[in-house]
Amino acid sequence: MDADLSASAATAPPDTEAGRKRRVHGMLKLYYGLNEEGKSDQTESLDPCDINGPHFDPEVYLNKLRKECSLAELMDQETCMVKQIRSLDSDMQTLVYENYNKFISATDTIRKMKNDFKKMEDEMDCLSTNMAAITEFSARISGTLQDQHAQITKLSGVHTLLRKLQFLFELPARLNKCLELQAYAQAVSSHRRARCVLQQYSHMPSFRGIQDDCHAIMDQLAQQLRQKFRDGGSSAKDLSECVELLLQLDEPAEELCDKFLSHAQSRLEADLLGLEAELREPVSGPVTTIDPAGASSSKPTTTPTDEGPAASPQPTSTPILSPSARTDILEFIDRGCNEFVSSLCLVIASYQELFINRPQEGDLASKNIPQMASGKLHSFVDALAAQYFTLVERRIQEEKGVGDNSLLVRALDRFHRRLQALSKLLPGSPVPSQGTEIVVRAARERIRQYLAALQSFYMDSLTDVRQALAAPRLSVGGAGVAGSGGLLAGAASVKDAPPSLPDLLSSLSASILNQIKSVLASVHLFAAKDITFSNKPYFKGEFCSEGVREGLVVSFIKFVCQSSRQFCESAGDRGGTTPPALLLLLSRLCLDYETSTISYILTLTDEQFLVQHHNPVTAVTALCAEAREAAQKLLNHYVKVQGLIISQMLRKSVETRDWVNTIEPRNVRAVMKRVVEDTTSIDVQVGLLYEEGVRKAHSSDSSKRTFSVYSSSRQQARYAPSYTPSAPMDTNLLSNIHKLFSERIDIFSPVEFNKVSVLTGIIKISLKTFLECVRLRTFGRYGLQQIQVDCHYLQMYLWRFVSDENLVHFLLDEIVGSAAHRCLDPAPMEQSVIEVICERG
Amino acid sequence: MEDDAPVIYGLEFQARALTAQTAETDAIRFLVGTQSLKFDNQIHIIDFDDENNIINKNVLLHQAGEIWHISGSPVDKSVLTTCYNKTSDSKVVACAAVWRMPAEWESGAHESPDDSSNNPQTLELLCHLDNTAHGNMACVLWEPMGDGKKLISLTDNHVLLWDLQESSSTAAISSSATLEGKGQLKFTSGKWSPHHNCTQLATANDTAIRGWDIRSMSQIYCIENAHGQLVRDLDFNPNKQYYLASCGDDCKVKFWDVRNIGEPVKTLEEHSHWVWSVRYNHSHDQLVLTGSSDSRVILSNMVSISSEPFGHLVDEDDLSDTEENNQEEKCKEPLQDSIIATYEEHEDSVYAVEWSSADPWLFASLSYDGRLVINRVPRALKYRILL
Repeated sequence: MDADLSASAATAPPDTEAGRKRRVHGMLKLYYGLNEEGKSDQTESLDPCDINGPHFDPEVYLNKLRKECSLAELMDQETCMVKQIRSLDSDMQTLVYENYNKFISATDTIRKMKNDFKKMEDEMDCLSTNMAAITEFSARISGTLQDQHAQITKLSGVHTLLRKLQFLFELPARLNKCLELQAYAQAVSSHRRARCVLQQYSHMPSFRGIQDDCHAIMDQLAQQLRQKFRDGGSSAKDLSECVELLLQLDEPAEELCDKFLSHAQSRLEADLLGLEAELREPVSGPVTTIDPAGASSSKPTTTPTDEGPAASPQPTSTPILSPSARTDILEFIDRGCNEFVSSLCLVIASYQELFINRPQEGDLASKNIPQMASGKLHSFVDALAAQYFTLVERRIQEEKGVGDNSLLVRALDRFHRRLQALSKLLPGSPVPSQGTEIVVRAARERIRQYLAALQSFYMDSLTDVRQALAAPRLSVGGAGVAGSGGLLAGAASVKDAPPSLPDLLSSLSASILNQIKSVLASVHLFAAKDITFSNKPYFKGEFCSEGVREGLVVSFIKFVCQSSRQFCESAGDRGGTTPPALLLLLSRLCLDYETSTISYILTLTDEQFLVQHHNPVTAVTALCAEAREAAQKLLNHYVKVQGLIISQMLRKSVETRDWVNTIEPRNVRAVMKRVVEDTTSIDVQVGLLYEEGVRKAHSSDSSKRTFSVYSSSRQQARYAPSYTPSAPMDTNLLSNIHKLFSERIDIFSPVEFNKVSVLTGIIKISLKTFLECVRLRTFGRYGLQQIQVDCHYLQMYLWRFVSDENLVHFLLDEIVGSAAHRCLDPAPMEQSVIEVICERG
Repeated sequence: MEDDAPVIYGLEFQARALTAQTAETDAIRFLVGTQSLKFDNQIHIIDFDDENNIINKNVLLHQAGEIWHISGSPVDKSVLTTCYNKTSDSKVVACAAVWRMPAEWESGAHESPDDSSNNPQTLELLCHLDNTAHGNMACVLWEPMGDGKKLISLTDNHVLLWDLQESSSTAAISSSATLEGKGQLKFTSGKWSPHHNCTQLATANDTAIRGWDIRSMSQIYCIENAHGQLVRDLDFNPNKQYYLASCGDDCKVKFWDVRNIGEPVKTLEEHSHWVWSVRYNHSHDQLVLTGSSDSRVILSNMVSISSEPFGHLVDEDDLSDTEENNQEEKCKEPLQDSIIATYEEHEDSVYAVEWSSADPWLFASLSYDGRLVINRVPRALKYRILL
């Protein structure tokens, strides 16, 4: 009843449809006893007034309604109830009807099925009987065919065997044919197929015959292959094919390697011969070189592929003995790279392909071919590379001209780079490192050449300077000098005046500096960043510090100092061929080097080459000391030479005169004037290059008049007693006392770097010579007087040149004193007369 | 210590000529000839008493003229030669003569040394070496190992070989050679080699050194430009027959091997003015004495070119003996060519130096102002050489 009520509610107004639907479900479930929802239903159901609950009690409900509701409400309740009941009834009817219908149709279906199954059963029975019959038949048929099948199988086996046999029998012929057609690969594969069988059945005579035949043919084939292999003309590909076939033919791999290599060697040696021929050629016709620069610039464009892979085009296309004129080194290296190195790479590559990297199959694997082969390859490459290297080194050694370094560097770079390719191909080979060695050696050699060039440049410059110094005396115009070299053109262009010493000095030092700079720039190419070998440790470290800094710059400076020193030594012994002015100039040059140039050059070098000193290098101070020493030595020598020139004049003048029988002096002797003149000109010359220097302050009485009074009084005092016979000791006593109070004079002593010191040295030497010569002579009265006059004259003029005029006084006193001693009739001249004579002269 | 101090003797006159008395091997004796134009010249016989460090002098008069060169006979210690300047009629001629010292000079000297200067005895003239035909005498050399009968004099550009006859009373030229060339050639100095049986002579003229064979009187070698300037003196190494020392105005002392005259074997450049005299020690030829007009005397030790073994060559065999030996070896090693000492006792130019013929460790030097200084080789070196 409740269910009907709820079902009717389902059709109730739609506003509560959702809730009602749920309720309908619930109600239907309740109706069918499917109580799943549990508690709420039970709580609900406990209420006896719930019309839908299971504990519904109509009496209680009615009582309750009656008590609670009014009549109208009851009426409404009643109508509603009736309505619900009615709708429930109709729902129920519908449901029952539907169920009934379904049940009837099901019954119908079942009945129909019953019929069908019966029919099917019959058919199945029929099928099984049929199948049994078929099985029986089939068994019968297979039983009959059994024999024939076996026979057929056997027949087909025989057939294959026969075909194999036929192949075997035909093999010799086929091989022959292949041989004729030169289809070696086919022949070898055929033979390989048959080989085992033949081997197995070789005890049977017929097979034996075939085997022998095959062997003969294959031998022939191998022979041909070998012939081909040996034959130089075949291409690399052919060759490798050949080798492969031969290897398959069980040819000993070692022998093959040897043959392959020897074959390659012959070709490579041809390349080397070509190179060598090129080396020899220049001897025959170096004159044909017209424009080496043009040739060198055009050549690289024709060989732009030099960095390409090893499989570059066949080098044989180049004529071996090219009729080229002397090739420059870049060309030579190019050719070496393109012909020899690339062929070598090719050979190495194909060799590795053939012998080392090939997949190992079968029994070949056991023979350990790669090891043997690579050993052979290494020795082969080493031997050839050694030959190549000797050629390259010979060529590099021919590279003597120091003009353009870039060509050599580029050539070396190329050379080095190509060898790097080889190292990739053949890791562990010493060849690339040997190549680097060569480059290093070449660089060293180059530095040596540059040093030699610098040295010769220096010597040439000196020669130029020498000529420039000599020229003004020979020819008045500067034109003669201009031809001696551009270096001096500036100085020589001054027509009226000879090139002055400062000009010469500055142009000399500037040109040397320029030369050093340009050499440094050239050498720097070796260390340039784009050169492959510049990042080798040698070029980073040793080349810069040992090579360039020590080997080139320091050596050159040392050479300058040393050659300067040699000037001193050789000239002193063998008559002094060096002009004194040159000595002076060089001395100043060395001094300048000491003060600034050396440190400048070295700083420049260090900066350019980023020298990192691993080993101790020559310090700037040491070089400076050396330069200073050289400067000192040169200046000393200059003083000596100039002193000697004057000494020589003085000595001649004393030695050649008969001092006993001379006439009364009327004049200062010409030689004294000459001495003063020469001293003055030396003073000018030195003044051009050296500073004045310090001299002891002249006292106010150093004018010649007061000076001569001084000297005369001293002279009088000194030799007055000497001709009074009573006191022979006095002279010695006086002179000894005098000497006690004066310092010892070192005649040939080192001088300082200033004009006064130089002049003092020269005058000291001259006057000492004068003294010694006087002591060797005997004088008459007028001889002594002449000496007096001469000495006075010298006093008048020489004091101004020296640092300490007392020195001149002392020496001249000594001279006059000695002359007085050596005088037979010592009657000195009146001082006033002497002065008159001197002033007149 | 004090033994090493120099002994100084002063002459009244200026002097250039000095020689050791060659024939005297017991006493240390030097002869000095004076130069004076106004007074009688003297020959001072300087005896050095090594033990007491005292000098005894005797003076003999040499009235012929000022003495430029003096040399004693190698055989007879009382015989000597001098080269002297004779002035007559305003002409100065250099002559040479052979003299004999009076026999009694020695005894007289011992009795009254103070009086000897007051009553100087005169040299007894044996003979003149007559050079009127040849020119000025530069020096006279005795045959080093001879019997005192042969002399060589260098006279301008002539080499004259004299024979003394009749107990040295006459001298006759037995042979002569003349130096030909352009200009006025003049011998400055010479030395008779003690080697080769005394058949060789070396002379110096200008910058050249020449060797002569006395038998044929012909030139054997000539070192042109031996020195940059005038060659002043020569000396033969007494032990090494081909070695020769020379000195000159280029302040250098050079050592030559006359078999190879292209380059000197060694060059010393220690003096600061002309070197006037060079002398090898008679027994230890590494000791070389030089005197110069820078007033210095320098004693050098030329080990590397001496006849005495040098460096390792000596003790090669002993090296293995003991370590002590090795240490000694090391001590000895620094004995290299070096200057041993520079003597600065002179105030004037030193024109002559001479080793004593009696004591190999003693030498004399003479400066122009008449100062004679006797010095010894430093003891340390002496022992080093001896031991």
